[in-house]
Amino acid sequence: MSATNSATDDGSTTAASVDLQGLLGRPARVMVTKIGLDGHDRGSRLVAGFLRDAGMEVIYTAPWQAIETVVNQAMEEDVDAIGISSLATDHLLVPKLMEAMRAAKLDDVVVIVGGIVPENDANDLREAGVAEIFHPGSSRDEIVTRIAALISENRGR
Amino acid sequence: MPKNGSSDHDRNAADQRWQSAYEENLPGDAQRENRSGIPIKPLYTPDDWDSESYMPDLGFPGEEPWTRGIYPTMHRGRAWSQRQLVGLATPEQYNARMRKIVAAGANALSVIPCNSVYRGYDMDEVDPVLLGTCGTTINTVDDLDTCLDGVPIDTTSIALNDPSPFTLLAFLLATANRRGISWDKVSGTSNQSDFISHFVANHMFFRLALSGARRVFVDHVAFANEHVPKWNPVSVVGQHMQQAGATPAEAMAFTLSTAIQFADDCIARGMDPDKFLPRFTFFFDISISFFEEIAKLRAGRRIWARIARDRLGAKDMHSHRFKFHAQTSGLDLTRQQPLNNIARVTAQAIAGIFGGLQSMHTDAYDEVLSTPTEEAAKIAVATQNILRDEAHLDDVIDPLAGSFYVETLTNDMEEQILAVMDKVEAAGGMFEAVRTGLVQRMIGESAAKFQAKVDGGEQAIVGVNKYQDDSEIPPRALDRPSADVMQRHIDNLKRFKSERSNEAVAKALDNLARASEDESDNIFGRIVEAVEAGATNGEVCGRLRDELGFGQPLIAA
Repeated sequence: MSATNSATDDGSTTAASVDLQGLLGRPARVMVTKIGLDGHDRGSRLVAGFLRDAGMEVIYTAPWQAIETVVNQAMEEDVDAIGISSLATDHLLVPKLMEAMRAAKLDDVVVIVGGIVPENDANDLREAGVAEIFHPGSSRDEIVTRIAALISENRGR
Repeated sequence: MPKNGSSDHDRNAADQRWQSAYEENLPGDAQRENRSGIPIKPLYTPDDWDSESYMPDLGFPGEEPWTRGIYPTMHRGRAWSQRQLVGLATPEQYNARMRKIVAAGANALSVIPCNSVYRGYDMDEVDPVLLGTCGTTINTVDDLDTCLDGVPIDTTSIALNDPSPFTLLAFLLATANRRGISWDKVSGTSNQSDFISHFVANHMFFRLALSGARRVFVDHVAFANEHVPKWNPVSVVGQHMQQAGATPAEAMAFTLSTAIQFADDCIARGMDPDKFLPRFTFFFDISISFFEEIAKLRAGRRIWARIARDRLGAKDMHSHRFKFHAQTSGLDLTRQQPLNNIARVTAQAIAGIFGGLQSMHTDAYDEVLSTPTEEAAKIAVATQNILRDEAHLDDVIDPLAGSFYVETLTNDMEEQILAVMDKVEAAGGMFEAVRTGLVQRMIGESAAKFQAKVDGGEQAIVGVNKYQDDSEIPPRALDRPSADVMQRHIDNLKRFKSERSNEAVAKALDNLARASEDESDNIFGRIVEAVEAGATNGEVCGRLRDELGFGQPLIAA
C-alpha cells in the first residue's frame, strides 16, 4: 500500500500527529460555515469534525449564512480563522466577504475556502486575500496542519 | 442438478484441497469487507448459495419476488432512459437546447433550476453573481412556459427538479391550462419530492420546516393522484444520503424506511395504496463498489415488493414494482488525473445496468472541476450508448443471477438493509429517526469511517492516495452567464410583476396562508391558484415559510 499524500513518517494519519498545543499555545478558534445558496454540507461537517478532533474550538453554522452574519459572528466569537465550504458556485461571494471583513477591521482573521473551486476562480480568491483553498481529495492531516500553521503564523505577526 | 452423496463428497474434498492450497499460497490473507461492512470471501460456492433457492430467491422477471427485474422484458423491451441534467441560465437558453433535444427525438426532458430557485428566492432577492450559475432561473409561470415553448407537453414526459412546495409543477399545470391541454395528459415526475432526504442530506432543497413539508407532501400526492393521474408525485431519494456518506446498505435502508413513512402518511389521509403506490419512484446513487451496488439494487427490489404487499396491503402488482432512476456517484470522482473519471463512471454505470435500473444519469468526468463542459457531457452520454449498443449489456436480463457470489451478497445486503430498517422502526419510523438526528448520526459516522480508510490508504483512490503523479490539474473557469443576458431576464421579472394584478396575487397568497392552517384544504391546490394569479416562486415559498417555518437542518453535526 502506498503512502498517503500527507501521512507522517510512521504512517500514522491521526490528527494527534499534529502537535497543535505546541504550535499554538491556546486552542485555535475556527468558524466553519457556508455562505450563499447551496446546502451541501458533508464537507463542512467532516472538516468541522477533523478540526474539533485536533483540539480546535469549532464554531459550526448552518448553511446559507449572510455575509454580514458571518462577519458579526466572527467578531463576537473572536475567531482565528473562518473556513468557507462551497460546492455549487457560492465561492463567487467570497471576495465580497473579504471586503466586508476588511471594513470590519477583521484583517487578522485567516480565511480558508474548501470545496469545488475552478482553478481560475481560485486565483481570484487568493488575490482577494483568501489564505488557502482546499480542493476535493485534500486529506485530514493536510487540512488540519495547514490551518494550524496559518493561524500560528498569523498570531506571530 | 441432481444431488447425490458421492458428488457432495467430491465437492467437499475439492473444497478442502482448494482451501489448503489457498492458505499455502496466500498466508495471512487480510480480511476484506465492502463499504457496507459485509465480509468478502475470496471464493463463493454452492455452500453459500445453490440453485435449490432459485424460485424463492429469484423467480422470473416481472413477477415475485421481483429480484430479477420489474418487467418481463426489462432492457430488451425498453432500454433504460438517459436522463441527463441540463442547466442553462435563462428560460430562453434552456428552450433553445430543449428544442434541439426534442427535434432529435427525445420524449423525456429534465428541468434543472438555478440554486436561487431551489432556495425559494426570486432573482431580485439574491446576489446577482450567483444567478444562473447552476441551472435555469425560473421564477414565474411565464418562465416555465418559455422553457417549454414548442415542446408538446401532452406527449413529453417532464422530470422537474422541484422540491416542496412544488411550485414548478404548479407552473407546469398553469402552462397546460394556457395551452388548453388537460391535466390528465401531463406526465412526468416530481424529482425532488423527498423532503426527508433533503432534511437529512441535501439541504439545498429543504425549504420548509419538517412538519410543514410533511403536510405539503401529502397534499401534493393527493392532488396529483386526483387531477394529474399520469404524474409521479413521489421520488424517494437514496442518492442524497449515500452522497452524504451513508453506506450503500444504509442508503437503501433509509430510502425504504422513508417510502414506508410516506405511504403511512398517505394511508393516514385515507388514500388507497393501490392508487398512490404505482406512482412511487426511487432514485439511487451508484458508487464504484461494483458488486455491492448490484446486490443493493437487487435486494432493494425484493424488499420493497414485500413491504408494498404485506405491510402496506397493496394488491395490484403495479404497486409492488420498484421503479428507479440512478446516478453515478460524483463522490468517487477525483480532481487529480480527471480523465480517469471516465473509467470510474463506466464501472458505476455497468453496476447500475446490472442492477436493473429504469433510467440513468452518468456524470461528466469533469464535474469535480466545475459545472460540466459540453464535451464532457457528451462523453457521459456516449458511455451509456457504448455500453448498450457496443457491449450489448441490454441483451440478457439480470445477467449475474445465479452467481454464487452475487446471490450470497444480495442475501447479505438484504439482511443488513433490514437490520438498519429495524433501527429506524425502533426509533418510531423515519420521520422520528430524522427529527431526532439518529439517521444523521449514522451517516456522519459512516462518512468519517470511510474518510479514515481513505486517509489511511486502506481504501485506495487512484491519483489521490495511490499512483499519484505531478500532472497539472487542468485550469477551469466557471461557465457564467453574461451579465447582459441575466439583466434582461431580471427586467422580465419586473415587467411580469408590473403587468399582473397585485390584488389577485395578494388574495391568492392569503388563501394559501389560510389553507396551511386548515387541514381540510389542499395547500398544493392553493399554490396552483396562486401561480395562475401570477404569484412567483419566491412569493409562494416565502409565504409558506412564514406560515409553516423555515427549513433548517439539524445543527449538531
